[in-house]
Amino acid sequence: MKKQPFILTLILSGTLLITGAINKENPGPGHPTWIELKIPTGWPKPPTDIFANNRLSEQGFQLGRKLFYDGRLSKDGNFPCASCHQQFAAFANYDHDLSHGFNNSFSNRNAPALFNLAWMTALHWDGAINHIEVQPLAPLTAPNEMAENIDSVLHKLRKDTDYPRLFKAAFGTAEINSQRMLKALAQFIGSIISGDSKYDRVKRGQAEFTANELNGFALFRSKCEGCHKEPLLTDNSFRNNGLPVNRYTNDAGRMKITGNREDSLKFKVPSLRNVALTYPYMHDGRFFSLSQVIEHYATGIQHNQTNLDSLLKKPISMNSRDKANLLYFLYTLTDTSLVKNPRFSSP
Amino acid sequence: MNNGLQYKKWFPLFRVVLPVLLLFLCLGLINHERTERRMGVVKLTFLLNVNGRPLVLNDTLYNNIFGEPYRLSKFKFYVGEPGLKNLKQAEKEKQGYHLVDATQPQSQRISFALKPGEYNELFFTLGIDSARNCSGAQTGALDPMNDMFWTWNSGYVMVKMEGVSAVSSSVNQRFEYHIGGYKGKNSAVRTIALKFASPLAILPGKTTEIPVVIEINNWWNKQYPLSIKDYPVCTTPGEMAGRISLNYKNMFSLRPGAVSK
Repeated sequence: MKKQPFILTLILSGTLLITGAINKENPGPGHPTWIELKIPTGWPKPPTDIFANNRLSEQGFQLGRKLFYDGRLSKDGNFPCASCHQQFAAFANYDHDLSHGFNNSFSNRNAPALFNLAWMTALHWDGAINHIEVQPLAPLTAPNEMAENIDSVLHKLRKDTDYPRLFKAAFGTAEINSQRMLKALAQFIGSIISGDSKYDRVKRGQAEFTANELNGFALFRSKCEGCHKEPLLTDNSFRNNGLPVNRYTNDAGRMKITGNREDSLKFKVPSLRNVALTYPYMHDGRFFSLSQVIEHYATGIQHNQTNLDSLLKKPISMNSRDKANLLYFLYTLTDTSLVKNPRFSSP
Repeated sequence: MNNGLQYKKWFPLFRVVLPVLLLFLCLGLINHERTERRMGVVKLTFLLNVNGRPLVLNDTLYNNIFGEPYRLSKFKFYVGEPGLKNLKQAEKEKQGYHLVDATQPQSQRISFALKPGEYNELFFTLGIDSARNCSGAQTGALDPMNDMFWTWNSGYVMVKMEGVSAVSSSVNQRFEYHIGGYKGKNSAVRTIALKFASPLAILPGKTTEIPVVIEINNWWNKQYPLSIKDYPVCTTPGEMAGRISLNYKNMFSLRPGAVSK
């Protein structure tokens, strides 16, 4: 007679069923593989947890990766996110002052590099975007970028043979909606961390600066670090760095978002990480070389601008040797493991 | 038999423990049912009027307080976390966001469960509170596909009104008001609070309908005189949007006669 094991099993499974129903944290077998964002040692904690309502999973990340490289997110299929955010350029747009968009148009600003976004409280040069999840909506719908609408993108994704399965793997059901698409994209771009340059290895005691690099580093600390704060090499603030107004774009920067006159011509301080790869420079890509950028800070600042950043009011004096050393240091900020990481490349 | 012995040994287990477990399960279910049944239902009905008559989009020519003729083609707004309160407590539909759209009659009726009691005021957020504006990708009424989310400057359009007027100097004589902004002194987020003439009882298991009248013509003049001629377009957060929101918050009033069913 095998009755009692059967009954015991019944009780046991009943109890499991009840507790299982209560424990919603554990969705049971087949749930996504949760992963953690690895924060490089010695870095500050991100100011907010960008994955607080979007738990990072391998499947969510992989779905976001596929979406990032998928041209169908644009109107004519030619402009995936990756068309302006190229891995080999540290996810900036290589050699383009302004990016190319739908129907032979140009973007309004230089495409920013995408890494270490988990530390950014506001995205875009003017800080217009308040959350990483809603960022993709801007390029996706801009008529001079991807020129699409969400409805149409979702329609294309639903018709696809792979996506319903991938959405199911990431989010539990095959439903494809804007929220899930945006959360998956956030999982991918939010996971891109760049923290393995020579500079980082020096910080970790695994490498040494050359004499020139060391001199450049000292110079950086005295002249640049006020805005390009270590270890992220930006303080994510908005500042007027004394550039002459671009007479074609007439871009007033942060003022457009806040409506405050004091924010006129302020743009976000970009990270100097991977700076050798992310040219052209500045919000409108006006400088094609790092030497031009350094020259701007040495001699080009427009001191007549009323809200010129206070740190730039005093002239920055550098001789040609200083400038060369600074360049040597800036080159140590290139993170080749980022640009070659197959995890972030086209699936 | 050995098995028989074991059966006897384990007998109390399923004779006592199993029924007790089942009893708890049943009690739990009943209790859950009761909680559901203990709640009342509030049904807000928004009546969209112009000069006291039901709004007709596109086909009817209206006049505002400045004597400006206009036709409306679009009118949408968000209702956030509606609720009722009395002197002691405020109960609301937590995380409840609704998009009321003049083209969608079913969107003009909002139902939500509420703790029974006597209340003397209806309240809701006209728009989306600042926390929800900063919480990333949303779904349902807050899905960006509803065309009420600014992609170039994150945040929700709280109220959207569009139409044409002969006095508008804008393209195709259009006027467009996309009113939003949740930050600082120019925030367009408004709380609407409407007092009942006499206390309203929300009864368990019953639906109480509360008709809310929206007089669209109050948009133009209540607090700040903003004519179509002078201000045909406002589609960015800022001082103008803040002012318009102070006007349009006066569009709402209660129509006497809430009914329980």
